[in-house]
Amino acid sequence: MTVRPGGLRPLTRTRTGDLAERAIVLALRGCALVSILTTVGLVAILLVEALDFFGRVSIVDFLTQAKWTPLFSSKEFGIVVLISATLLTTLIAMLVALPVGLLAAIYLSEYAPERQRRILKPAIEVLAGIPTVVYGYFALQFVTGVLLKGLLGDAISTFNGLSAGLVMGVMIIPLVASLSEDALYAVPQSLRAGSYALGATRFETSLRVVVPAALSGIVAAFVLAVGRAVGETMIVAIAAGQSPRLGLDPFVPIETMTSYIVQVALGDTPVGSIEFLTIFAVGATLFAMTLLLNLFSAWFTRRYREAYQ
Amino acid sequence: MTETTVVPWAEGLGDGAGHASLVASSDMVTDAVRWPMTGPAPVIEVRDLSVHYGAKQAIDRISLDFGRNRITAIIGPSGCGKTTLLRALNRMNELIPGARTTGQVLYEAQDIYARDVDPVAVRRRIGMVFQKPNPFPKSIYDNVAYGARINGHEGKLDELVERSLRRAALWDETKDKLRDSGLALSGGQQQRLCIARAIAIDPQVILMDEPCSALDPIATLKIEELMRELAVDYTIVIVTHNMQQASRVSDMTAFLLAGEERIGRLVEYGPTVDIFTNPRDTRTEDYVSGRFG
Repeated sequence: MTVRPGGLRPLTRTRTGDLAERAIVLALRGCALVSILTTVGLVAILLVEALDFFGRVSIVDFLTQAKWTPLFSSKEFGIVVLISATLLTTLIAMLVALPVGLLAAIYLSEYAPERQRRILKPAIEVLAGIPTVVYGYFALQFVTGVLLKGLLGDAISTFNGLSAGLVMGVMIIPLVASLSEDALYAVPQSLRAGSYALGATRFETSLRVVVPAALSGIVAAFVLAVGRAVGETMIVAIAAGQSPRLGLDPFVPIETMTSYIVQVALGDTPVGSIEFLTIFAVGATLFAMTLLLNLFSAWFTRRYREAYQ
Repeated sequence: MTETTVVPWAEGLGDGAGHASLVASSDMVTDAVRWPMTGPAPVIEVRDLSVHYGAKQAIDRISLDFGRNRITAIIGPSGCGKTTLLRALNRMNELIPGARTTGQVLYEAQDIYARDVDPVAVRRRIGMVFQKPNPFPKSIYDNVAYGARINGHEGKLDELVERSLRRAALWDETKDKLRDSGLALSGGQQQRLCIARAIAIDPQVILMDEPCSALDPIATLKIEELMRELAVDYTIVIVTHNMQQASRVSDMTAFLLAGEERIGRLVEYGPTVDIFTNPRDTRTEDYVSGRFG
């Protein structure tokens, strides 16, 4: 006669078994809730404080004034000043990170031999682990101090958007490369074979079949990169300066939204003062921008995702 | 289908005269493996072709000729190297890491494995249709125009697309939705789109790797009819699991078999009627009569 494991156990449910099962579900649900509750709490605080701010400063002034001087006696609250600085550094960073990151991804996915790919990809991902404060001083000391000063002399200030943007771009390359590579690598091999069978070269296949087929994933990577640049704090706080200035001149000191938040948060601004409240207004603006980016990304990915058999 | 479309097939198989000439020549051959083509010179001549994947040998010293404007079927049980042989004919095997080819494949008397031959150029002349339809995630129009675009097509793309889709018997179904994604078509339509895409660059040979295995019987019949029509202009080599398909559609049949050591060898090659009704080799007879495989 064969022995049936568990064959002799009673079929009735046990109290301890039920309790254990329920406890596990509760624990798991609790962990999932932590992140959601944190987000909800953050947004709530941001909104409450920002509403307090807009109770004292008109939203029209906030959106239309051309100066950002909340820390001075004659206060103006033109957020466009900080936005212009954020856009400038983000733009420079994207000019570096998107093309270099995408081309690196194409190399890794389409050209590199499997063994090389297995070594290079983790190596690139390690780059993403360098603390941004290191990048910040690299931008200030080396890129500005040695490279840009050496190249342009006094035409460029010690603090400037160019150096911060360039180094931020380098910092974001691994993110773009790694995520785009995931998207490219996931394109079915049969599409490449179909292209080669039509007399396409490897480059034509990569650029005209594989990249378009992975477009939704690549755009998602790009949007994430933009969000990362918009929210990046340390590099711009160290290397771009703290001088709120409207315009897109890459050679002069500027102040991004994140640098401003750091500046106020590190200072001795009394809680509840209008200066203190500005950081929530700026924070809410930042949050709105990244939220819009993510919504766009989600829409685009849904719209252009290809379903393969 | 119209009368005219069936004629080339009839000439190759059913028509007594055409058939007789093939049989007559078979009497002159002593080597069952090589089949000398009557009529014009073969488009592709395979000589002692072996393919290895890493340490594993897939096919061993295969030699055979593919006749101009003929449909040649390659049959045999799973793992006998049919697909490997097919993919060796336009150097698609070398896209697989570790693949190694020895022997010769002469296309119009030129060895496509010679050092100075560009595999990209080879594939422009010898196109391929795959087992699973693999349209690009582009519009129907762009799928067909793709090959022409990368090859620097001089003429009007619109005309080329229409001509290719008509030739692949897909025009009527797609003419009003050329901008729709190729992936939105049914499986059979997708496969005909892949055929349209292949003939748009006007190759001389079309290799088909079990083109109907993912299709239902009606879509399969459509593709088979299409193959008969295409054989007027193209040389077609088809790998198939389906023996009825081989007997329905092909002029010539090659039977491959792998022994204990899993290395594919050519067992018999000849006119399809002979392979199916009067095979020389008992293994061929066993296979085509369904005793194994």
